[in-house]
Amino acid sequence: MKRASRPLAIYALAAYLFLHLPLLILAAFSFNESRFTVWQGFSFRWYTAAWHDSQLIEAAINSLIVAVCATAISTVIGTLCAYGLWKRRSPVLSGSLYLSLVTPEIVTGVSLLAFYQWIFRFLNVQLGMHTVILAHVSFSIAYVVIVVMARLRTVDGALEEAALDLGANEWEAFRYVTLPAVLPAVAAAALLAFTVSFDDYVITSMVAGVDSETLPMVVYAIARRGVNPVVNAISALLVLGFGVLILISERLRTT
Amino acid sequence: MESVLELRDISKHYPTHRAVNGVTLNIARGEFFSLLGPSGCGKTTTLRLIAGFEEPTSGEIRLNGAAIQHLKPYERNVSTVFQNYALFPHLTVQQNIEFGLRRKGENEIGRRVREVLELVQLGGKEARRPTEISGGERQRVALARSLVLAPDVLLLDEPLSALDPNLRKQVRAELKNIQRRVGITFLFVTHDQEEALSLSDRLGVMHAGILEQVGTPEEVYLRPSTRFVASFLGAVNWINDVGVRPEVTRVTKLAPDRHVRSHPATVLHSTFLGNCVHIETRLDDGQLAVAEVSRAEASFAPGERVHLWWQPADELSFK
Repeated sequence: MKRASRPLAIYALAAYLFLHLPLLILAAFSFNESRFTVWQGFSFRWYTAAWHDSQLIEAAINSLIVAVCATAISTVIGTLCAYGLWKRRSPVLSGSLYLSLVTPEIVTGVSLLAFYQWIFRFLNVQLGMHTVILAHVSFSIAYVVIVVMARLRTVDGALEEAALDLGANEWEAFRYVTLPAVLPAVAAAALLAFTVSFDDYVITSMVAGVDSETLPMVVYAIARRGVNPVVNAISALLVLGFGVLILISERLRTT
Repeated sequence: MESVLELRDISKHYPTHRAVNGVTLNIARGEFFSLLGPSGCGKTTTLRLIAGFEEPTSGEIRLNGAAIQHLKPYERNVSTVFQNYALFPHLTVQQNIEFGLRRKGENEIGRRVREVLELVQLGGKEARRPTEISGGERQRVALARSLVLAPDVLLLDEPLSALDPNLRKQVRAELKNIQRRVGITFLFVTHDQEEALSLSDRLGVMHAGILEQVGTPEEVYLRPSTRFVASFLGAVNWINDVGVRPEVTRVTKLAPDRHVRSHPATVLHSTFLGNCVHIETRLDDGQLAVAEVSRAEASFAPGERVHLWWQPADELSFK
């Protein structure tokens, strides 16, 4: 590294510390013997406490079910959506998808809740896991579309024509030529969808039923009741897990 | 002669322009036919209409006598070699060539791939990816991928333009050689008149969506039917509304015989080109004209008054 860049390196380090120091401190105190922010020795007791908290475990399982289902559905829909938009090359249709990214979460949550209440007048169903999953699918799709679309833009349109020319029908051309070309981006998109689904709080809290509390909802409830290092332990695990997922996703997206 | 492909008055109109305008053309089985023209003349659109990537606004395309203009690309027994080859990057050379055979559910895939690999001299490269082989090899994979399907017509969209100029002439000879051996009809699209003249049994010259002339290379070069065809296929001196190619234009200091045509001119300068010399002159009416002469005939000084002359039979004249 060049010497002249040292001030820049210090600045960059400061920026990263500003971003990540709170998380590091949180992670450090998750191993604290004491309940308070005074270091009293290393301990796994808060991790053990979290593991034995049935409400937390149940919420974690709910979150996993929701995230896996929402990821599977939104990855399929989002990939096909990106493919359709790529073929049609319509800026209006692509742009309207980004709308769901910039819509405030609370607005999305309220509108989904209103929508569900309206639907429930015709169907005999209630809020629950299914409404959470549907909500997560709806906001994850845009993330999938953006990631897959970025990769599709690098794919030579002549490849599909070549496939059709060689005897593949439209489905086979997609299945054997275009999809393999964008597969790393589809995987990256799925990981991203999983991440945004797993850690959503605002929208989920609006559309969840009594039996469908997710991990972020329970963690929020615990945190509101007062200082509890169990939250630190859960948070540290989440940051670690999603850190790994995002790294994998980045690697896939850029290969 | 039996036609394998017939275009009957086909047009392709877009909202802003007319890419192809009433093209009628018959191509004989086994023929090497070139569509020649500048970029934007409609030759590539014509090829895409035949391949099925576009549907004509009007007109009929017949393959072996059956109308195909409404069929999907995969329902037509024609195949395209794309300008940038469009090889599938995630598949090996072998898998690229197998692709069409597998989609069509053909038998003896292994044997047929081996045969075509031998034909295009790509043995030993089966396991490579398109990014791991040279440009010339990629071009041959694209050719093999189409040839292995034994199409009624092979469509080639400027397949030599992505190669560097040294390789181009060599690949040109190989292409002609392969076409003779397999006997498949080639429809070759190019903007390079030398390519079209040297490769084709017949060629068609396109300009602004219209097929201006169809004929053998000798016919279109020596008896072009329009001024555009004359000047697109080679240099032309326009003298008193008559076209004369530089290689049949002669220069003399003394007034020539009465039975040849001539025109007075002033020598501007001479350019030595190795096998010949270009004498550039200005006619008395201000037009420029070039005579391509042998070194022995080339002793003219700039500013010298001369006569350009030519045989009446060498004149290009148009309706």
